[in-house]
Parts: sequence; structure tokens; C-alpha cells
Amino acid sequence: MQHQTLSCCGGVRASSPPPLSFRWSKIKREGGRRLPRCARIAAHLELKPPPYSLSSLEPHMSRETLDYHWGRHHRAHVASLNNLIAGTDLDGMGLDEIVVASYNKGNPLPPFVHAAQVWNHDFFWQSIKPGGGGRPSGRLMELIERDFGSFDRMLEEFERAALTHFGSGWAWLVYTANRLDVGNAVNPCPSEKDNKLVVLKSPNAVNPIVWDYSPLLAIDVWEHAYYLDYENRRADYVSIFLEKLVSWEVVSDRLDVAIERAAERAREDETRRLEDDAEITHSEAVEMYLDSDADDSEAE
Amino acid sequence: MALRALLTKRAPTLASGLGPFASAGGSGTGWQGLCHARGLKVAALPDLEYDYGALAPAISGEIMRLHHQKHHKAYVSNYNDALEKLDAAMAKGDVAAVVRLQSAIKFNGGGHINHTIFWKNLKPVNEGGGEPPHATLGWAIDTDFGSLEALVQKMNAEGAALQGSGWVWLALEKERKKLLVETTANQDPLVTKGANLVPLLGIDVWEHAYYLQYKNVKPDYLKNIWKVMNWKYASEVYDSEAA
Repeated sequence: MQHQTLSCCGGVRASSPPPLSFRWSKIKREGGRRLPRCARIAAHLELKPPPYSLSSLEPHMSRETLDYHWGRHHRAHVASLNNLIAGTDLDGMGLDEIVVASYNKGNPLPPFVHAAQVWNHDFFWQSIKPGGGGRPSGRLMELIERDFGSFDRMLEEFERAALTHFGSGWAWLVYTANRLDVGNAVNPCPSEKDNKLVVLKSPNAVNPIVWDYSPLLAIDVWEHAYYLDYENRRADYVSIFLEKLVSWEVVSDRLDVAIERAAERAREDETRRLEDDAEITHSEAVEMYLDSDADDSEAE
Repeated sequence: MALRALLTKRAPTLASGLGPFASAGGSGTGWQGLCHARGLKVAALPDLEYDYGALAPAISGEIMRLHHQKHHKAYVSNYNDALEKLDAAMAKGDVAAVVRLQSAIKFNGGGHINHTIFWKNLKPVNEGGGEPPHATLGWAIDTDFGSLEALVQKMNAEGAALQGSGWVWLALEKERKKLLVETTANQDPLVTKGANLVPLLGIDVWEHAYYLQYKNVKPDYLKNIWKVMNWKYASEVYDSEAA
């Protein structure tokens, strides 16, 4: 079922190639295996309200923008997602799992756009607050200074990513703590800097959790996010977002969680490595094969 | 090659006539001409052939003003900036810079090409906007899609289903003389979907094309834009390209 093609993520869905819908249909459950209807209703994902009133971000983000952006766009993605996953193997999974599973290793299935946009919008509303802006402190500030040189340099890079994104999409500040997803690969010289802060952008609905990054901050640069308030002036929207709306406390809390998750994974890796080493020591010598034909042909 | 017609000296605007793609027939020297001429030919924002408010109520004057004066203008000036940097990079033999500039050229140059067609695709109702195509293009639509209604329905469905920013096109595949519906992402021009595809109609489904008036209800925008569609332009391009 998994496919190796690395197609451009989140592209134009209208012209999806036929094989995609074929694989998607395979994920759907057989009629006989359907869960009782009540169980599926219970698994429905909810539209989460922003953690503040819809008019409280004014004048930086208007009530009207929130009415449409949260009340229509975000809501429509929740409804479409619930519709598309009902009766499939994705039904009942957590939102994170649905996003990663439906991304389908870069060959997204139909629910991906909606799952990722629900995730992105939940995350976006929580990233901002009335009276936001200012500067972070503590460990977040230390890592920003370590990885970007200064807070202002990070802001510049984030703004540039948001402004130079061609089309609809998102700009992100993420914490990377990737593990090589290759069974026996070991980082030859691990250092604290392997886990670092990075600014990146993603097209349309794509969310960095599909690349195994931990998102810390996101700005929506779809035009619907700012057009009613700022029209074509995306640059004004981006700078107001950073100056007046970002909740650095939330970003800071997310960083703590991301660091803890990375540390937990590192401990798991270490345990597994020690187990593997022990296994190798106890196993028989490995037989080796030499390909004599190859030697012959090279000698000619 | 069609690009050549879009390139003009900085000051004068493009003459109206049949539009940029009417002269796209076989020359094939557009880019070479550009490279040889050291006096760099840059793109210019074309004038509209109607007032900003003339397409209302299908498309509001405010949308048209921002769309033309801000969005299209920005594509033109960013394209020209990138072109000047490209010229300098080529003169220096700076391969890395030449390559780095490609995405800005594709995006902004594509934005200029697409919007130049889009303005010609629209026409106020009292000047014939929305009048269905007759003769050759009308027959070709019936042959390839069954009916004009079927074509409109297909383009609306594909436009509504397009995730993110992009365009939906009525295209002529020149060699087979066949009509197709295509979509392109962001500002990719139709030619990125096939070298022999000629755009007859392009509908902008970026949110900036409809948001102030239609908000999240993209299908209503798509339904209403047909009321100001300039089928006369599409027919002229069809006749000159399919001849």
C-alpha cells in the first residue's frame, strides 16, 4: 500500500492520478467489517475554538477574519475530514496519526489536505493571543540566539520565509530532532546542535510533522488569513503577527515538550543500540561471500 | 515564444489587438532575441480594456483594482527585478545565481503571463461578456465536452477542487486540435502542462481573485465569472491557432 514516489506535496488535487484513488479505496474497510455507527460518531473530530474570544485580536486581526477563517474555513476542513475518514482505517486515530498516515510518504491521500489543515489551524489559533508579541526568554531565547545569532535574525528569517512563499501555505519555526529512519544507521558524532531550531515553509496544507519535525510556531500565509484585514499587503500582516500576536509562552512550552520528546527518543535509541550490540557479541560469526565473477570481469 | 509578445520596452504599454497569444505561431526566437539584445526588454503592466467597476456585480471594482494595480503590478516588477539580476548573473557567468533566480522568474513571469490572459478573458456584460461561443469554437466544445454547460461544470468542479492557489484552464492542444481542461498550481502558466497547449481561457482561483466579495464560497465566484466571460477572445485565439 505504501508508495515510494516522492511527488510534490500538497499540489493540485483536481488532477490526481488514478492510482491514488485506487490505493485510497483499498484503505476503506470492507462492508462487513464496519464499526457500529455510534462508534464512528464517537470518533468524530471536533472543531476546537480559539482560546480567546473572536473579537479579542482586534485591531490586528478582525472579528470578521476570525468569523470566516475559524468559523468557515477551519470548520469546513473538520467536516470534510470527518466525512472522508468515516468507515476507513483512519477513523478513530488521533489527528497527528491521521496527518502522517494520510500524507502517505509524499503521495497524499484525499483526507490529507483536511487533516493537515485542521491540525495547522488548531496550532495557529493557539500560537497567538490578545496582547502577544514581545520577546521570548529562557531556554527558547538561548536556542534562538545559538541557532540564528540573535532574536532579530530569527524574526528576519521567519518573515522572509512567510513573504517569499509562492502561493498558499505556511511558514514555521520548528525544532528538528530527526533520527535517521534507517535501521542500522548511527550518527557518527552526535552533538547537541543536531537538535536545533529551523525556519521553513510548506506549500498548501503540508505540515512539518510529516517530516518528523516538532513545530513550535506557524503563520498561515493563505490569502484568506489576511486578505480582509490587509488585502494584498502580506508583509504588514506578517510583521503585525510577530509584533502584536505571537504567544512566545506557548512557543516556549512547545519547545520544552519537543526537547523532552527528543530526549526520550534518544534514550530509546541508546537502549536499543546496547541491546543490538549485546546480540551481535553473542551471535555466530557472519559468513561472507565474495563475488569472483565481478573480479574476473574487471581484470579483462 | 509567446513570451516575446509580452515583453516590451519599459515605457509603452502593449498594444491591444488580439492579445499576446495571437502572434504565438512558429517564430521560436523569443528567448534568443532576449539574450542577444543587451538593452534588456522588460515586462510592462498592460492596461485593461474596461473600467475596474465594469464587471460588477460578477466581480467587484475593488477586487479588480487590487488585482490589477497591486497583484499583477507586483508580478511585473518582481519579474523585471529578477530579469535584471539574471542579466547581471549571466554577464558574470555566475551559474549558481542564474539557477537560484529560476523560481522567482517562473513565479512572477508566470503571474504576468496568466493575468495578461485573464484580463482579456473578461468583458463587461454590455459589451458582450457572457455571450456563448458560436461557430468553430462552439462546435469544438460540443464535440469534446458534449455541451457548453458540461464544459462549464467541469471547469467549475476542477477549480473548486483545486487546493491552494492556482488556475483552471480551457486549453487547445494544437496538434490534435483537441480541447482540454487543465489546472496549474500557483502561477505556473499553462505551458508547464505541455509545450503544445494554448490557453483559450484561464480562471484565476487564487483567493485574491474573489475573497473580498465571495469569501470562502469559491463555487459562487466560479458560477458568476461565466457571466462576464469573453468568448469572443477565446474564439479568436482558437481560430488563429487551430487553423
